[in-house]
Amino acid sequence: MNRIDRLFNEKKGEILSVYITAGYPGLNDTPAIVRALQEYGADMVEIGIPFSDPLADGPVIQQSSQVALGNGMTLKLLFSQLAEIRNNIHIPLVLMGYLNPVLQMGMETFLENCSETGMDGVIIPDLPPDVYEAEYRDHFKKHGIHLSLLITPHATADRINRIARLSGGFLYMVADASTTGAKASIGLHQIEYFKRIEKMNLPVPGLIGFGISSHETFTTACKHARGAIIGSAFIKTLGEEGSLEEKIGAFIRSIRTG
Amino acid sequence: MNFEVDQRGFYGDFGGAYIPEMLYPNIRELEDNYLKIIESDQFRDEFGQLLRDYAGRPTPLFRAGRLSEHYGTHIYLKREDLNHTGAHKINNTIGQILLARHLGKERIIAETGAGQHGVATATVCALSGMHCIVYMGALDVERQAPNVKKMKMLGAEVVPVHSGNKTLKDATNEAIRDWINHPVDTHYIIGSVVGPHPYPDMVTRFQSVISKEIKVQLAEKTGRHYPDYLVACVGGGSNAAGAYYHFLNDERVKLISVEAAGMGVNSGLTAATSLLGSTGIIHGSKTLLLQDGDGQIKEPYSLSAGLDYPGVGPLHAWLAQSGRATVFAVTDEEALQAALMCARKEGIIPALETAHALAVLDKLKFGQDDTVVVNLSGRGDKDMETYIDKLGF
Repeated sequence: MNRIDRLFNEKKGEILSVYITAGYPGLNDTPAIVRALQEYGADMVEIGIPFSDPLADGPVIQQSSQVALGNGMTLKLLFSQLAEIRNNIHIPLVLMGYLNPVLQMGMETFLENCSETGMDGVIIPDLPPDVYEAEYRDHFKKHGIHLSLLITPHATADRINRIARLSGGFLYMVADASTTGAKASIGLHQIEYFKRIEKMNLPVPGLIGFGISSHETFTTACKHARGAIIGSAFIKTLGEEGSLEEKIGAFIRSIRTG
Repeated sequence: MNFEVDQRGFYGDFGGAYIPEMLYPNIRELEDNYLKIIESDQFRDEFGQLLRDYAGRPTPLFRAGRLSEHYGTHIYLKREDLNHTGAHKINNTIGQILLARHLGKERIIAETGAGQHGVATATVCALSGMHCIVYMGALDVERQAPNVKKMKMLGAEVVPVHSGNKTLKDATNEAIRDWINHPVDTHYIIGSVVGPHPYPDMVTRFQSVISKEIKVQLAEKTGRHYPDYLVACVGGGSNAAGAYYHFLNDERVKLISVEAAGMGVNSGLTAATSLLGSTGIIHGSKTLLLQDGDGQIKEPYSLSAGLDYPGVGPLHAWLAQSGRATVFAVTDEEALQAALMCARKEGIIPALETAHALAVLDKLKFGQDDTVVVNLSGRGDKDMETYIDKLGF
């Protein structure tokens, strides 16, 4: 069974998924960060493939991507770093990246690599659902890799239903009309949107992302979805002084218990 | 062969709308409405009137006598440089500001490289009383100080972009991010035939007035409504798309697209996208672009700020791939010499971008009865500092 499905079968709420940028802060830090995240209680890790032009990302993730690329990170190198990751990592792993680097590798090769390194899911924010359905869905199914699609507060019910039907593993609920790391709190109109989605009884579980940065926002998100995704706030922490282990431990504790 | 955009927003293999879901409502709203609006009688009247009374159209088609003599053929210059604000850019911004008003938008954002599109956008925003925010790479803000001041005088807010390499590509990223964060009240005026569908088609339609006029003016001057050669420079490709539009299906017309070779096509410092690029996704469009083997987008180089874009509009990718257009690349030095020749032989100082189109005349063999139209896309005022520096006046 795909580890994402197993996670959602076994754990009903408070699922914490953490985004990291591969190759940040150091080129070879990624496997150690994933291990520390697992140890301190993250339920899932999204490993970001750095891209020169991350359209949907705010300054924090942009900057981490630039540092990672400057360090020499590439998609090929990332897969070689992930080759041994399943020796001691049992939580689900998701690769998140923009479409262009994936297309340059070739979607089929990319998915073969995902499968060989034990990835469970993929998120590609600029791959439109209709293109996924027409061109790539069969490839993903063949390799047993889930593609999690995004929904937003401005989407119609029809579109949300359609995206949820296509989405594998979980649905990525973008909390607000924004780029990543742009908002510090959750407003009333967002709560209304979360409630609207809850009532729709969609066929896949949802995780809320964008603007989740603290115990408070994490807890609020978890009231309305199975869990939440933290990106920019964690990347900011990684950029600070101190040992990776200590920073990661303290960060996860601060999210879980405030 | 078909050169119109298809239902899915593609020209052959190129185009589409590869956008994050956060942009879907914005793009969908445009896609659902743009044709309805721009084909309405009211819009046509408003657009036609502003092009005439405000931009100064039609722009002349001028027989360049001394250049014709020099090249032993008949050369005509389509004088887009005589438009208000000094280039073809205003055709598009007038069209888009009217569209934005029809859509009920109150806030306008734009990206700019050299500042020409930023000035053209700030201009129409002032004209319509709209709030205008222009994203510009921090490096370009420094290099193009006069245009920054023009935009400010016109009431626009200029936001320097410090991400990436701090140039046009990054300014475009930042404008798109702004649009993600303001999905309801804002219209994004893209400056070229790039970006997600429907932008390439929409901007092409607004610029197509150029070829519409060329047809009529050529018939008056030569008795024939089409040229043998049609020459234009291509960065994103809006002036070329406009100059080609009504001749796309007329195979008698040879389309000559000129890209910036920078220091040379194989120098590593170049913007020759169609010649060197490969298929990928940039700013929501599948097209030819400069990228490395890992799919990271490369920073292009050209002395001309209007041509150093790492992609090309999807229509141009298709024209190049299908062979409908022939693509040349012209170096900084060749463009500078062509600008000098145009100034000395015709008394017209062209924009550095346009000088690339003029430089290709040296590379083609024309018959003495051929009719060659060069789209003189902009004037050289903004480039005087570069000309003074490089040509040593």
